[in-house]
Amino acid sequence: MSSGARRRPAASRTRRHVPAEAARPTPARLADAWAAAIAGTSFVSLTRPELARHLRPLAARLLAAPLDAPAARAAGTEVGRALVAAHFTAPETLARSLVALGGMLPADRAAARPSVLAGLASGFAAALRDRTLTEQESIRQAAMAAQTRAERALRATEARFRAVFTCAATGIALGDLTGHILEANPALAAMLGAPPERLRGRDVFELVHPDDAVGLRELIYQRVATGAADRIRTEKRFVTDDGRVLWGGLAVSVVRDQEGRPSYLVAMGEDNTRRHELAETLTYQATHDALTGLANRTLFTERLHRAFDRTAPAERLGVCFLDLDGFKIINDSLGHPVGDELLRVVAGRLADAVGPDSLLARLGGDEFVVLRADSTGEAELVELAERILAALDSPVAVAGHELAVSASIGVVERATFGTDPAEVMRAADITLYWAKAAGKGRWATFDSERDAAQAARHQLSEALPGALRAEEFTLAYQPVVDLTDLRLTGVEALVRWRHPRLGLLGPDAFLGLAEETGLVVPLGRWVLSAACRQARAWLDRYGWAPQVSVNLAVREVCGASLVDDVRAALAGSGLPAGLLQLELTERALMGAEPTAALRTLCEDGVRIVIDDFGTGYSNLAHLRHAPVHGIKLARSFTGSFDAPAHPDRADLAIVRALMSLAHTLDLTVTASGVETRRQAHRLRELGAEHGQGWLYGRPAEPAHIEQLLAT
Amino acid sequence: MERPSWAPEQIDLDLPSAARMYDYFLGGSHNFAPDRAAAQAAIGIIPELPAVMRANRAFLRRAVRFALDSGVRQFLDIGSGIPTVGNVHEVARAIDPQARVAYVDTDPVAVTHSRALLADDPYTVVVEADVREPERLLADDGLRATLDLDRPVALLMVALLHFVGPADDPADLVRRYGRALAPGSLLAISHGTGDGRTAESDAMLRLYADTANPLTARTRDEVAALFDGFEPVEPGVVFLPLWRPDEADEVPARPERFCSYAGVGRKP
Repeated sequence: MSSGARRRPAASRTRRHVPAEAARPTPARLADAWAAAIAGTSFVSLTRPELARHLRPLAARLLAAPLDAPAARAAGTEVGRALVAAHFTAPETLARSLVALGGMLPADRAAARPSVLAGLASGFAAALRDRTLTEQESIRQAAMAAQTRAERALRATEARFRAVFTCAATGIALGDLTGHILEANPALAAMLGAPPERLRGRDVFELVHPDDAVGLRELIYQRVATGAADRIRTEKRFVTDDGRVLWGGLAVSVVRDQEGRPSYLVAMGEDNTRRHELAETLTYQATHDALTGLANRTLFTERLHRAFDRTAPAERLGVCFLDLDGFKIINDSLGHPVGDELLRVVAGRLADAVGPDSLLARLGGDEFVVLRADSTGEAELVELAERILAALDSPVAVAGHELAVSASIGVVERATFGTDPAEVMRAADITLYWAKAAGKGRWATFDSERDAAQAARHQLSEALPGALRAEEFTLAYQPVVDLTDLRLTGVEALVRWRHPRLGLLGPDAFLGLAEETGLVVPLGRWVLSAACRQARAWLDRYGWAPQVSVNLAVREVCGASLVDDVRAALAGSGLPAGLLQLELTERALMGAEPTAALRTLCEDGVRIVIDDFGTGYSNLAHLRHAPVHGIKLARSFTGSFDAPAHPDRADLAIVRALMSLAHTLDLTVTASGVETRRQAHRLRELGAEHGQGWLYGRPAEPAHIEQLLAT
Repeated sequence: MERPSWAPEQIDLDLPSAARMYDYFLGGSHNFAPDRAAAQAAIGIIPELPAVMRANRAFLRRAVRFALDSGVRQFLDIGSGIPTVGNVHEVARAIDPQARVAYVDTDPVAVTHSRALLADDPYTVVVEADVREPERLLADDGLRATLDLDRPVALLMVALLHFVGPADDPADLVRRYGRALAPGSLLAISHGTGDGRTAESDAMLRLYADTANPLTARTRDEVAALFDGFEPVEPGVVFLPLWRPDEADEVPARPERFCSYAGVGRKP
């Protein structure tokens, strides 16, 4: 029924306008035209051919629309909805679709055309309205869901941060810029001993120790609250509500608003009291002596250096360096506990004597030192030293013992300019040594000349071994003559040191040092062999040689190697033993062993004389059997023999007695220190066989002796 | 007080969103009055803007098809916005029903909506992340469950990077993404430019400065430089409608008026 109604108008139109085939558009043709009309009007993600293919079923649906109005309209509605479903949502798409379709629907469908187009428009509008409402609803729901999600996340984050604030082990407070607490967490409350609600609203500076409050206020207001610094770190004392004082490590930072202006202060604090106390204890332990409680070497050294601090040096300073005399004996005999107790008592007495203006330190063992910065002069320090000695006058009662104690004190006082801590301590050390050497129980002050002399001696003594190796020693020879005919009979070998810097040094400058250091033995060995070689050279060259005389030190005479050394020197040079004479002092003759050795040498043919006879202590009984050939008279006895009238009566008597003794024991006598003919004459008259002195020649180079040998 | 970095973003529906403005330009209703007001203001300056947006969408379609033709079956669409008509998975599924797509956006509303729409789709995922955090974005569990980064991926950055300012160094960002991709991966970029129409582009920049997503126009050289590390695909970086158009009659007479460059590169 409906198909018949459709055909009639179409046939009539076909007859009037176009051929039958062309008059009935195919779905494909309609879709192509439709696609051309609406392309670009809505955004659809299809190319033109795809679009045409997409529209083809819709076009077919329209071409097949029934003629009765409700059905035709329903078909149009369906197509209108389909367009929107395919994302054709623009009004322009609808407009162009109506025009295009209105023109192309075949004539036999003319009756259905208004209904189809009306249906298409209403279907399009209804679908578009549905779609718009759906999309609006879905985007609103999405927005709400997203918002809920964000809020939940924010709440979770806030809860997390609230938990951090509440559960933190560190005390946290949020305050306004005037220092009033807005929020305080439980850790801070526990630290300050007050519940958080009692902290709220309080002025934070009320909680700070009054001595620290001003400094902290300045720090916060001048640095943080002004925005000059974003955070500060400091350590201040706090006072809790129950009156405890605690050390709080504090970090204060500023929270800024959107414009960057400071708006809140956040303070984080922890209780550092225990750490602080520990640090104080450690510092005290590091700078104090555990036994006496006095300052220790570390603190003393620091204070001493501080006195030389370039920014604020002390003008002058003084040091009393002391140690107890004989402390080691007390320690060794009565035991360390007694020694320690003694040190404690002494430390207490010293502290009382020194007073609060100077630093008293125990450097270790029984060594104490007093440092007086800004001293007024040596007198002040000497007075202090006297007070210290006085404080030790009365005996110390320790464990049932009454111990007498004394101390030796080295006193150094000087301007700080031109010296340094090490120099001060070296001077104090030497001065203490002087005080000890001077007899203990006394003070000594530093003497720079004495120090310089000691330093020079010390340097010399250090240089001796090197000098021996470098053969810096040399021998001079002084003639000895027969007083009857002035014939040269011997020479005395005298050692000299050609010091590379100090020049030629006589034996007085270094023999004492050589004795002290023991170097005198190898030095003596060298002198022996050098003298023997020289005499042998003379013998070879001139056919004869004077007897060469070598001085022996006590240590050499007592040394086990004396015989070997002498024999080696003789053998090494080939000098006949009779041409060697050994000079020794009276003291060297004491004891059995030296005598045995000398006797052996004597039997070898070596001559032995006693030097400076009468100036030492002689065992005359021993002298009688001693292997000795002669004596030398010291110049101290012969000096007055030059007097024009007559010699000193005492000298004359002594010389006469000595000569008599010598000749009785069959000993020859050599007068030394002969400077004038008058001396020589008088001594010869008294019976001296040989003379030695400036009258006959000073100690000189071997070449000078050779002139005498040649004549 | 400024929002600290650890606090989640608040949602402010009064602030226009690029994703919802885009939807409006495409004829959708997933938008609010402030979005529509901003979009209309933009149209006032550049009347072709809806056409530009559609051209971007068309470029996305052509790029996805190119990728499929090149054998790439995985897509990472960053700045996907509201998944309105012609989105990647619709285009891709027409050729490969199992093509995998990860949509990424920073707009929480867009992400929520996308998730609602795609809830039942096993081959897609929606990730809320910021393009400026490549490592975090690429480490997302959902993304890793959907995409296999050991195989080629088409990285789509359509109308995205002009929302990344110079301070965030987009070239460096792209390099960092590129490093994570397998050889044979593709990079598709379309990008706003002021080349050709300065007065309007300046006005546009000002307009977008007031949205949640301020805009940075870049020159052709700057856009080409974003492809550092990728081999250019013919015809290189060109005005948006000129990149491999489907039909000659789609090409407008004045392509520069679309204010956009587009290009595709391949990771060797």
